[in-house]
Amino acid sequence: MNSNLYNYILGIADNSLILGQRLGELCGHGPTLETDIAGTNISLDLFGQVRSYFQYAAKIAGDGRTEDDIAMLRKEREYKNVLLVEQPNTNFAYTIGRQFLFDAYHLSFLKELQKSADLTLSAIANKSIKEVSYHERFSSDWVKRLGDGTDESKAKMQEAINDLWMYTDELFHQTDADKVMVEESVGVDVTKLKDDYYNYVSEVLEEAGLIVPESKYFHKGGKQGIHTEHLGYLLADLQYMQRTYPNMEW
Amino acid sequence: MSEEQIKSLERHFNERIANDEKIEPKDWMPEKYRKTHIRQISQHAHSEIVGMLPEGNWITRAPSLRRKVALLAKVQDEAGHGLYLYSACETLGVSRDELYEQLHTGKAKYSSIFNYPALTWADMGAIGWLVDGAAIINQVPLCNTSYGPYARAMIRVCKEESFHQRQGFEIMLKLCNGTPEQKEMAQDALNRWWWPSLMMLGPTDDKSVHTEQSMKWKLKRKTNDELRQQFIDQTVPQADVLGLTVPDKDLKWNEERQSYDFGEIDWEEFWQVVKGHGPMNKERMKARVGAWERGEWVREAAMAHAEKKQKRKEKQAV
Repeated sequence: MNSNLYNYILGIADNSLILGQRLGELCGHGPTLETDIAGTNISLDLFGQVRSYFQYAAKIAGDGRTEDDIAMLRKEREYKNVLLVEQPNTNFAYTIGRQFLFDAYHLSFLKELQKSADLTLSAIANKSIKEVSYHERFSSDWVKRLGDGTDESKAKMQEAINDLWMYTDELFHQTDADKVMVEESVGVDVTKLKDDYYNYVSEVLEEAGLIVPESKYFHKGGKQGIHTEHLGYLLADLQYMQRTYPNMEW
Repeated sequence: MSEEQIKSLERHFNERIANDEKIEPKDWMPEKYRKTHIRQISQHAHSEIVGMLPEGNWITRAPSLRRKVALLAKVQDEAGHGLYLYSACETLGVSRDELYEQLHTGKAKYSSIFNYPALTWADMGAIGWLVDGAAIINQVPLCNTSYGPYARAMIRVCKEESFHQRQGFEIMLKLCNGTPEQKEMAQDALNRWWWPSLMMLGPTDDKSVHTEQSMKWKLKRKTNDELRQQFIDQTVPQADVLGLTVPDKDLKWNEERQSYDFGEIDWEEFWQVVKGHGPMNKERMKARVGAWERGEWVREAAMAHAEKKQKRKEKQAV
């Protein structure tokens, strides 16, 4: 098995998996019917992407594991998503803030992944990019709406951005598998996306009338499987059926 | 308007309905027609929205990625149904906020079936198979109902519902072809959802207060008892295919009627749930009202932003 490629795929897919799961929690509980539908739709897109990635990862693993085994039967330390996406739905501003800070990265990442020498990854990126462009438009619009709206919404949006900001730097860290994949022209050199990301995110925040956080203290660890305490509970739900009823088909 | 004029309008209105013409929002309609339609369409819209909760409850725990995606899509469809049913209702001169208000204060009803809890994964199968199955039987005739916006909304709703019903049956089939534990889960779900599904078709004809008028307006094409019989006749053979036992000891094929005889429905339970004392009534309302209240600052912000944006645009134009 090409374990670098396998780990590289998991690193990408786990972000979509965990964020999709977070959004799934909100289905039926949104502030309006329209935002409810949009949130569910984004979740649906992300899980669709997850399936493509994990089906490919299962093929590479070649040991009989399925997409569901990979998605639902790993231990907490084996999930490689960034800390940002596992943060809880504290309120709508946090949900939107988390979405925007991830979407802005995700979009620029997929643009580069389209150029991958790995044809499967480039095809998945090509398909996903249309969806993620919509996600980014939705989340950046809401950041602006909440920033510009009322004093209350501005304060809430600012608080969410301030709290989530410390998880953004990790998006641009490279794992060992990442480095090998970049060398082989399969992977995206995320370090190169960083400046554009912060420029763009700052532009949106300023347009929203929000202050760009100046904190230089960041958290990391997700890519190495060292998560926040929130992830365990999320996985308990995600894995419940597969753990309780092992080796069955659904 | 004189009494004479109103009578003439009414005569013309009734003729149009009898000729299968559609009534459109701008057409004259009797006040009672308008009110009845607001009641029924909004009740239907509320059912879609409250109906998202028992299934939404299983999205995070769906057993496979394929099932998770299908369930998300299904619940999203329900939100979509809610959206266009509320829109259809708004054409009768009532706002969505007013309709929500009626739901949240308990003035408006929604389908009682959603006041039962979804306890296991098999409930996702049973809800699709039985609840959507019963809903389709109720709703297909509405594709030809007299009020245009409602009829058009229902055409789309019915297409998606029949897909959901097949999807639910397929979940059950997989369980029934699986391990003994899975089959037991499926049987347990059928046991719990069977009777509430029969109740979904409404009280018996002699107890149904709206039937006669609704028949005239084509809001109803068959009586509750006819629909219930149709549902049972259609569903029992499907339970046989699954190898499951319908939890009714009096269920028996009647050769003469070419239909199933079935046992007595517990109408006391039905009225208890309708009156707000079912297992999940309070939780469902708490979830809806909670989402609405938590979202208030978001809706206010969206309004404020839209106004500011408009003003900025006007200023620029000057």
